[in-house]
Amino acid sequence: MPKTLAEKVYDAHVVRSAAGEPDLLYIDLHLVHEVTSPQAFDGLRAAGRRVRRPDLTMATEDHNVPTLDILKPIADPVSRAQVEALRRNTAEFGIRLAPMGDRDQGIVHVIGPQLGLTQPGTTIVCGDSHTSTHGAFGALAFGIGTSEVEHVLATQTLPQYRPKQMAVTVNGELPEGVSAKDVILAVIARIGTNGAAGHVIEYRGSAIEALSMEARMTICNMSIEAGARAGLIAPDETTFDFLQGRPHAPQGADWDAAVEYWQTLRTDEDAVFDTEVVLEAAELTPFVTWGTNPGQGLPIAGSVPDPATMADEDERRSAEQALAYMGLTPGTPLREIEVDTVFLGSCTNGRIEDLRIAAELLRGKHIDPHTRMLVVPGSVGVKLQAEAEGLDQVFTEAGAEWRGAGCSMCLGMNPDQLQPGERSASTSNRNFQGRQGKGGRTHLVSPSVAAATALTGRLTAPADLADAPVPAAV
Amino acid sequence: MDAFTTHTGTAAPLRRSAVDTDQIIPAEYLKRITRTGFEDGLFVAWRRNEPDFVLNQPQYADASILVAGPDFGTGSSREHACWALLDGGFRVVISSRFADIFKNNSTKSGLLTVVLPQAEVEALWAAVEAVPTTQVTVDLQEKQVTYGGHSVPFEIDGYTRWRLLEGLDDVGLTERHLADIEAFEARRPAWLPKALPALPA
Repeated sequence: MPKTLAEKVYDAHVVRSAAGEPDLLYIDLHLVHEVTSPQAFDGLRAAGRRVRRPDLTMATEDHNVPTLDILKPIADPVSRAQVEALRRNTAEFGIRLAPMGDRDQGIVHVIGPQLGLTQPGTTIVCGDSHTSTHGAFGALAFGIGTSEVEHVLATQTLPQYRPKQMAVTVNGELPEGVSAKDVILAVIARIGTNGAAGHVIEYRGSAIEALSMEARMTICNMSIEAGARAGLIAPDETTFDFLQGRPHAPQGADWDAAVEYWQTLRTDEDAVFDTEVVLEAAELTPFVTWGTNPGQGLPIAGSVPDPATMADEDERRSAEQALAYMGLTPGTPLREIEVDTVFLGSCTNGRIEDLRIAAELLRGKHIDPHTRMLVVPGSVGVKLQAEAEGLDQVFTEAGAEWRGAGCSMCLGMNPDQLQPGERSASTSNRNFQGRQGKGGRTHLVSPSVAAATALTGRLTAPADLADAPVPAAV
Repeated sequence: MDAFTTHTGTAAPLRRSAVDTDQIIPAEYLKRITRTGFEDGLFVAWRRNEPDFVLNQPQYADASILVAGPDFGTGSSREHACWALLDGGFRVVISSRFADIFKNNSTKSGLLTVVLPQAEVEALWAAVEAVPTTQVTVDLQEKQVTYGGHSVPFEIDGYTRWRLLEGLDDVGLTERHLADIEAFEARRPAWLPKALPALPA
């Protein structure tokens, strides 16, 4: 029977299948961070259980990590206690930890690929919804809750129901200045924040195949924002080139055996998807959100929508609540929205390519004097690479703040937060109410829109900069 | 996990759609390392900033069934959202559609998520807004929601229902299949990635 890529990976991991019960799925890699794991370790201790496969488990500190003074103890006692709990738990159960200050530390979804632990055809879970990021390598990767974290720690398996299959096909070639972030924001605006519930999304088509691994990770990362637990892309030469030579990638004869298998990981010609969505790349433009969920977005040339014109009652109520929170008036051109803060970073857009794109736009210029820009690399590895390329200099000379690695202002569990009423253009993944700080207002954007916005102080596409003079660096 | 068979209580009408888990409990409350005591974070922004918010209204203060708009529980995988609802006195959430991870987490923590058609959600909203003291019974054994002489059936997969009725721990169930897990592990190719030992970049 013809199968999709996701079905092939799923089927290859079924430990046990019985009528009327969920399948038991084997997990190849379990990533752990400090926020969703302490209660799971407590559960193991209470039941006298051990971690079945510490060698398939990797932990890091990311959510609570300050991005300044990273070699000092964390000032917030509650954050510090949570990080210390992870250190105790990983030591007790024999799990590898990349702590603050370690060269492998970073956002869990950035370090997995960076270390070569994220590989095609594997199953990957983490107590974090953006685990879908790893699907960029053709892995079946999804977020789980703390009870499931405990289950995987104890058994290296998870009870699962076979997901439905969705194809999102992007045909053609992306126009200049349109990035992976714009593609996924357009997809979410099309199908809605829970439109892919119950599905795994496979992204395919020539526009997807042309993307770098970093860009593919951006797309798969936000699958959860469309309601899909997982999103994936068939591995190809781009994937293999990215992986080859990384610390945990196979080597020698093992590499050849792995590549031979990875090349089979493609959806069969006549496989059937339950749902199909098609986008034409040529029609896409830089996209920004105006509301309080990632589906409330529009091309940057648009205006704040008028809820009164929305036929669907649920959509209208939701838009009214969003605009009240965001302090926006219907009809306002999106390009006229002024921001206080620009955040470049997160598991969505905190990789080296994202920093390069933004730095190129900022080189030799200075950001708007009323705007603050935070640049937070996704990992220590990304930070060191950026510094080797001199990107840190470009950012600081442009007036941006160059910080340590972590989740940072994506969700403000560390001191990097918006103040009440403050507005951001953010390369992160969620514009939920209060996500970046109590009362904070978030517009989701791509790295190039973030950089252009920092230069002008209002939502701006890179192409707009030609008409809008910006101050030169001093 | 506590078993769930049937529950009777009053219901709070939450007329909002796509309620994300950041609203159910914001990230700052996730720094705790306990599994209980999250009630202070439950819908805290709405409770603080909106005097008319449904849970600020005294007639719904003791509600144990939350009736929400579609797409409840989107966003983060934080199981703390389920714990906060349980700690806040809720045993059941009713919606026409739930986000996958939230729904999954609810079945692991003993919070019952009931899917009803949107028209039935609207009818229930109208009933509990007209008479906030309306007693609503959610019967997992019979798979039906009953209030004011009105009964609505709901679907739930048989395995999850059985686990909830018995209050069974998933890990214990899986450990019965240890031989299958060992057999699977014996078949895994040797080149698959391992996090240990740590290898230098």
